[in-house]
Amino acid sequence: MKMIPRFRTALRVVSWLATACLLLSLRLPVSHLPQGGVQASVLRGKKVYGDQCLSCHQVDGGGVQGMNPPLIKTKWVLGDKPTLIRLVLNGMTTAVEINGDSYHNVMAPHKDLTDLQIADVLTYIRNSFGNKAKSVSQQEVKLIRAQTK
Amino acid sequence: MRFYSLKAASAVFGLFAVASCAQAGDTTQHAQGQQLPAEDVQITVPAGFHTLVVAEGLGEARHLAVNSNGDIYVKLARLKDGKGIYRLRDTNGDGKADQITGFGNYTGTGIAIKGGYLYASSDEEVFRYPIGSNQEVQNPDKPERIVTGLLARHEHESKSIALDNDGNIYVNIGAYSNACQLEDRTKGSPGQRPCPILDSAGGIWQFRADQLNQTYGDDRRYATGLRNVVGLDWNTQTNTLFVMMHGRDQLHDLFPDMYDTKQSAELPAECLYELHKGSNGGWPYIYYDGLQHRKILAPEFGGDGKKTAGEDAMDPVYAFPGHIAPNALLFYTGSQFPERYRHGAFVVFHGSWNRAPEPQKGFLVAFLPMNNGKPTGEWEVFADGFAGGPDQVASGRAKHRPCGIAQGPDGSVYVSDDSKGTIWKISYSGK
Repeated sequence: MKMIPRFRTALRVVSWLATACLLLSLRLPVSHLPQGGVQASVLRGKKVYGDQCLSCHQVDGGGVQGMNPPLIKTKWVLGDKPTLIRLVLNGMTTAVEINGDSYHNVMAPHKDLTDLQIADVLTYIRNSFGNKAKSVSQQEVKLIRAQTK
Repeated sequence: MRFYSLKAASAVFGLFAVASCAQAGDTTQHAQGQQLPAEDVQITVPAGFHTLVVAEGLGEARHLAVNSNGDIYVKLARLKDGKGIYRLRDTNGDGKADQITGFGNYTGTGIAIKGGYLYASSDEEVFRYPIGSNQEVQNPDKPERIVTGLLARHEHESKSIALDNDGNIYVNIGAYSNACQLEDRTKGSPGQRPCPILDSAGGIWQFRADQLNQTYGDDRRYATGLRNVVGLDWNTQTNTLFVMMHGRDQLHDLFPDMYDTKQSAELPAECLYELHKGSNGGWPYIYYDGLQHRKILAPEFGGDGKKTAGEDAMDPVYAFPGHIAPNALLFYTGSQFPERYRHGAFVVFHGSWNRAPEPQKGFLVAFLPMNNGKPTGEWEVFADGFAGGPDQVASGRAKHRPCGIAQGPDGSVYVSDDSKGTIWKISYSGK
């Protein structure tokens, strides 16, 4: 299919702009600090957890046998932050295996949550149920959301 | 005939297990004179009833069936030493299995014995094995495949089975969805009407018990609008199939403005239905509210928690509390138990998860007195204590989760646990 030359030029400009934006965003330091400090974020995150996550992952974060995975000291929760943020944004439809046990239920996407809510709930789960891992900031979520759009 | 040893038999039966099998072609491990480890939970039953641990450590023991000679066959959802079916045999009459052998290299839930055949299901297929006049399963490595190609999509994938007296086998095909939303379990995602899942799941399919390689076909669907049935049994008094449906989840999660967490924990009811060909349970468009005693339009389809709907859908025979997960159903036909149990229904409740943040419930065997397929009273707790205590029930961190039930030739019943794989025998002496 032939492209109209003007459209091709526009496309080129857009791609330059996108590249420039990406480079800029890489150069700018992304704050890893949660809004108002870790404690405040954990408290806000607990509320989000209660509203959005608790019914499947349970009060103690232990999940449900064969269905909903536990959030206790798993590589998903303690590991790479972008992967974890993407998981919350996009959900998951494939089974996941943790410590030899398989969990089958789907996880709904949570794009409707704000960057701050996602940052808070992830900071909460990374610092609850016996977990200890770095907090997640609003800006980190914002960056991943922009990449996954 | 080849059977396979249970490598962990010594672990199951303690350190005193005696391996005494050296005959070619028979590697069954005999464990005699051993003692079972102390029970880690105390099962409570009504006065005059007694419990006995028949076997332990089978892992994910789902449904079970008992042969006329007392052999117990257990279907596992996870292979144990490479085997998915275990036969438990008591050779010295003390009620405990002292000969445990495995066969079948597939996992699954359903198992039944009828007319000289053992039937067992994976999540996609149903097999059968002839049982010889010597009461042994013939060719355990070469079952006949009677049903194939059933959908199993990571949600409600287990296939339970039951047989009637006319050569038919009934198979549950659970809906791979909570409420048939466009995006499953996702807030704001609309319900799909008509629900495309119903053509091949969310119902009971009927097959011939003696034909090979049957699969989906228009005339095979027996009943529809049933979200997920795990417990089902043929009622020989009414000559009809009864099923226990797992009701939908997450009313509060998906519609927080309409349902608070307490309502969401109680709704909908877990329902007992009597089926006929063409029966419709109404899922996903309605659910049964056990508090209002009404079929309510599901919120994904325009409901508000009050609007009724589902005029084409059947009413339940009985409604149990919400989310407690009925995983097995047995109509008692024995004469060992007192008369009031005859023709009544035992329902095994696996235990809830979708009641959180409210305390969890279930993890028990219930009894519903019935006659001619109609309840004659309210349900009651028959066997309890599987979870280990009230804290384990409330948190859902149960030690054992009852999952299957079967009646033995002497009228005792057997209950399986798919958390650790304990098998209990419950019998009545009156003392």
